[in-house]
Amino acid sequence: MGVGIDVNNLNAWYGSNHTLQDINLKVPANHATALIGPSGCGKSTFVRCLNRMHETTPGARVEGSVEIGGLDIYKGASPVEIRRRVGMVFQRPNPFPTMSIYDNVAAGLKLNGFRNRRVLDEVVERSLKSAALWEEVKSDLRKKSGASLSGGQQQRLCIARALAVDPEVLLMDEPASALDPVSTSKIEDLIFELKSQYTIVIVTHNMQQAARVAENTGFFLSGKLVEFDQTHKIFTNPRDKRTEDYITGRFG
Amino acid sequence: MAASTPTNIQRPPLRTSRGNHVRRNMMNILVSVLAIAATALVILPLIRIFIYLLAKGFSSLSWAFFTQQPKPVGMPGGGMENSIVGSAILLLIASVIGVPIGVSAGIFLAEFGRSSKIANAVRFTADVLNGVPSIVMGIAVSALIVLPQKHFSAFAGGVALGIMMIPTITRTTEEMLLLVPSSIREAALGLGLPQWRSVLSITLRSASAGVVTGCMLAFARVAGETAPLLFTAFGSSILSVDLNQPISALPLQIYVYAISPYDEWHRLAWAGALVLIVLIVVSVALVRFFVGRGALKGNR
Repeated sequence: MGVGIDVNNLNAWYGSNHTLQDINLKVPANHATALIGPSGCGKSTFVRCLNRMHETTPGARVEGSVEIGGLDIYKGASPVEIRRRVGMVFQRPNPFPTMSIYDNVAAGLKLNGFRNRRVLDEVVERSLKSAALWEEVKSDLRKKSGASLSGGQQQRLCIARALAVDPEVLLMDEPASALDPVSTSKIEDLIFELKSQYTIVIVTHNMQQAARVAENTGFFLSGKLVEFDQTHKIFTNPRDKRTEDYITGRFG
Repeated sequence: MAASTPTNIQRPPLRTSRGNHVRRNMMNILVSVLAIAATALVILPLIRIFIYLLAKGFSSLSWAFFTQQPKPVGMPGGGMENSIVGSAILLLIASVIGVPIGVSAGIFLAEFGRSSKIANAVRFTADVLNGVPSIVMGIAVSALIVLPQKHFSAFAGGVALGIMMIPTITRTTEEMLLLVPSSIREAALGLGLPQWRSVLSITLRSASAGVVTGCMLAFARVAGETAPLLFTAFGSSILSVDLNQPISALPLQIYVYAISPYDEWHRLAWAGALVLIVLIVVSVALVRFFVGRGALKGNR
C-alpha cells in the first residue's frame, strides 16, 4: 500500500545554485500527484529529493524534512533503504543493457541477495503484468535483452523493475516524454491502475497528461512551489496569476 | 564544376547542380580509397610477418618441438617444451597479479575517485608506469625480489610482467566504465542497490567486453616481452614448474637462439616465434569467445 509524503521547508542546492526554495507540500497516499512547470523550475530536483537521488550529484545539498509514511528520510535512514521504499522511473528508458528481460525485472531483488527461484518467478510475472508488458514478452523472458525492446516497452520494463522491489511510493520523472503517443497513453493507463496500490508522484511537461492522470497538481516556477491544489482547480480556477499564465500558454 | 556555383549564396540551393553531384561522388570515392588504404597499411605488416614466420619456421615444427627440451649444439632434434610451459606459467602469474589490480584501480578511477587528487595521482602514475622501458622494469623487480632472495625465479619474472600489465588494464578499464551511460548507474541506485553492488553487477558488467579487451591487450603485450625476464626469470634449459627456480620463456629462448651462430638454432628460433604468435592469437580468441558467449541477443 502507498503512504503519504509530507515535505517541510525543503531547500536544495547544486553548488551555490539554490534550485529549490522552501517547498511545503503534502502528497496524499494512493493518489497520483502531478508536478508541472517550465524547464529548469526545479520539479525534477524536487522528486530526486524524495528518494535521496539528488545528493548523488557532486556538489548537491539538501535541507529541510521529508517524511514518507511518518519516517523522516533525511534523519537516521540510509539512502539505500529509502530507495528501496521509494521507486523511481526516469525520463529516458534505462534498462540494464547486459541483462535479459527477466534479469532486469529481478535485478532489485537478486542483487540484494534474494535467491528463491520460485518467488522470483512469481514477482517477475506479477510486476510485468502490473506494468502491462507480460503478454508482449512472456515467450522470451530469458532469451531477449532488455535493450532489444522498443522504447515504450523499455519504459514499461523499467516500471516493472521498479515495482518488483515492492515500493510504497513511485516517482516518475517525465516517464512518457521520450515516447510516442500510443506508448504514452499506455503509460498513462498504467498510472491510473497503479495508484490503487502505490502513491505516485509524476513530473510532466504535458499539462493534458497531468489533467488526465492526477488528482492533485503542483505548479513549480523558479525553484518555488507556486500553487498546489486539486487538479481540476489548478486547471479551471487557479488562485495565482502565474499559474493561470502558464496553463493558458502565455509563457513556458 | 564549382565555377558555375555563385559564391555569395548563404543557403544551399534546394536542387543541387550536376556539378556538385559529381564533385561529391569524387570526394566520396577519394575518402573511401584513403580509408581502405589506411586499413591495408594496418593489416598488411601483420599478414606479412605471419607469412614470413610460416615460411621460415613451419618446416622446423615437429612433435619433438613441443615435447623435448633444448639440446646442446651439434646434437640433432631438441625442442622448446620448457619455454612453452615456462611462458604459460609466467603469463599466469602475471595475469593473476595484473588483472585484479589493474581492473580494481580502473574501477576506483571511474566510479569512486573521479577527479579527486588521489585519482589524478593514480592516473599520472599509471601513465608514467606505462612509459617505463621494460628493461628498467626487469632491473627494478630484480632489485626487489631477486637480490634479497639471491636467486632468479619464475615468481620474479611473473611479477615483472604483471606490473607491466597494470597500467594498460587500469586506463582501459577506466575508459570503458566511463562509456557506460550515467542513466544506468542512476537506475541501479534508484532500485536501492548499494554503490559497490551497482558497480560490480551493473556498470562493470555493462563494460565487460571492453574491459576484457584491455586485459587481452596487456596480456598479448607482455607475452612477447624479453627484457623484463633477463634479470628475473633468467631462462633455463630444463623443464621446470617450480616458481622458486629460474624458468624459460619463449621470447628468452628465441633471443638466445637468434643471436647464436648456429643455423640449426636459427631455425628453432623461427619456429619458436611462430609458436609464440599463434599461442597469443589463440588465447586472445578463446577468452573473447568465452566472454562473448554470455551475451544476449539484441544487445547493441
